[in-house]
Amino acid sequence: MQIPMPLKNKLAKALDINSIRLDFPILSQKVNDLPLVYLDNAATTQKPIKVINRITEYLSFQNSTVRRGAYSLSEKSTALFNEARQKVAKFINAKQNSEIVFTKGCTEAINLIANSYGGSVFKPNDEIIITAMEHHANIVPWQLICEKTQAKLKIAPINELGELNLIELEKLINPKTRFLSLCHISNVLGTINPLKKIIDLAHKHKIPVLIDGSQAAPHELIDVQDLDCDFYAFSGHKVYATTGIGVLYGKLKHLEQMPPYQAGGDMIEKVSFEKTTYAAPPSKFEAGTPPIMEVIALGEALDYITNLGLENIKAYEHSLLKYAENQLAKLVPEVTIIGQATEKASLISFVIDSIHPHDIGTILDQEFGVAVRVGHHCAQPLMNILKVPATARASFAFYNTKEEIDILIKGLKRVIEIFKY
Amino acid sequence: MSKLSQLYQQVILDHSRKPRNFGELKPCTHSCEGYNPLCGDQITVYLNLDENNIVEEIKFDGIGCTISQASASMMTQILKGKTKEEAEKIFQEFQQMLVSDLDINNQQNSLGKLTIFSGVKEYPSRVKCATLAWHTMNSALQSKNKVSTEI
Ligand SMILES: Cc1ncc(COP(=O)(O)O)c(C=O)c1O
Repeated sequence: MQIPMPLKNKLAKALDINSIRLDFPILSQKVNDLPLVYLDNAATTQKPIKVINRITEYLSFQNSTVRRGAYSLSEKSTALFNEARQKVAKFINAKQNSEIVFTKGCTEAINLIANSYGGSVFKPNDEIIITAMEHHANIVPWQLICEKTQAKLKIAPINELGELNLIELEKLINPKTRFLSLCHISNVLGTINPLKKIIDLAHKHKIPVLIDGSQAAPHELIDVQDLDCDFYAFSGHKVYATTGIGVLYGKLKHLEQMPPYQAGGDMIEKVSFEKTTYAAPPSKFEAGTPPIMEVIALGEALDYITNLGLENIKAYEHSLLKYAENQLAKLVPEVTIIGQATEKASLISFVIDSIHPHDIGTILDQEFGVAVRVGHHCAQPLMNILKVPATARASFAFYNTKEEIDILIKGLKRVIEIFKY
Repeated sequence: MSKLSQLYQQVILDHSRKPRNFGELKPCTHSCEGYNPLCGDQITVYLNLDENNIVEEIKFDGIGCTISQASASMMTQILKGKTKEEAEKIFQEFQQMLVSDLDINNQQNSLGKLTIFSGVKEYPSRVKCATLAWHTMNSALQSKNKVSTEI
């Protein structure tokens, strides 16, 4: 097992991208008779062969339920399941395995906190803070629980670069503030939020903080103890594992206090028709048969990226970002990059003068084999602030190359040629 | 013609660059706002029907991609002078061309120039772009105020 501990001071190593690409069968595919250029990694990432093989192996030879079979197969499966939880705990440097709750994705993790924590703690006129750059997954659950508890939702604004305005955030905090939820990295702007500063500020006022880490888990070295966040959530499918699995980290003191989120098997200690007592975390929050294969595949995926080294991944992806920004700069004034934060992850949202992102997406796909995301990226409130109906977004992973960015640029030139007038 | 040039024919590009009957129509007898939350497209269709239920005037405004703007523009051209019933019939046929099995070459229809949009059928994600204006127009005729592609 690899432990990503004292990596921070280590110099980044160059990754062998050509051999890494061979680890991802889908990347050698053709679409529309063109080599696939997959630049929608912020939506979901592709899967390495190790993860695919692990799934096949599990389903072929190890499949069985966990936590209850009194037979070898189930004992093996349970051991693998627990081992994967341990890998996740290591990956984000949680103090203990019981602080890792499996959910079906980041969305469910946030809903769990809003319902269980929010539902039991928020009172009328309490205030909950989120930011202007949140994904719908980190907006709507709070709206719903605010409606139910009559708490109020407050929005911390961003500046014109797409960075969180910390002064305004601080002004929002008052004795009625009960919770702060924000993203680590914005899925539209690419902004990396200064979490330590923000969490320190919140904790000074005794406000617990949830971090939506969907866009950070694949790119950043995460240390929940160093961050001191109360909750941290991310999705498996964005870290090279499958859909159907997500992670919720929570400080044990919170998880112990919180009521169950869903009810069923596995989450109880003792059931009678008069009274049920609940199991300790994380089981309390994992009612029903868990997604065992997905959990084991997640462990395998985390091993894979830990092996590559997150600091190496980050350095390489940063070089892709800089290259893409420089190439796109040559297409100014037609192209405008949305989100110019100083600290930015490897994704670029952009618009082209008078050309709708949908049309950009179709041309890139059909004539160049380039997959980018177009639309509002599940962040309609942010789109309103930015005053664009939609953007196109290219998001990079460590298997992308400068040559692929060149194809994207060529495609954008063609788009401009077709639609510009 | 390639699948792509079938989609982005010159006529479509031309209509999207210079949409016909673009702008507000007020007062009007019928209007409706249409919205495609997936791509942020938003359109309003305005109609004036006379006492015989004939479309005397029709205009639209809003934002959208090439396909949705061109579709709205050509819709306003074809519907002017048609009765309410005719407009509803053309809407049905337009939809059938894009989502089911209306064979424009062999089955009788009143689509005329609108068959230029048949290529959109090859792009399921773009069908809503082409039909947004039509759904909106139809809802306006049914006197609804708002319509979304996502219901
Ligand atoms: C910032 C952010 N938060 C939350 C989510 C929701 O993740 P999921 O749909 O996997 O639950 C996403 C995914 O797009 C995201 O980018």
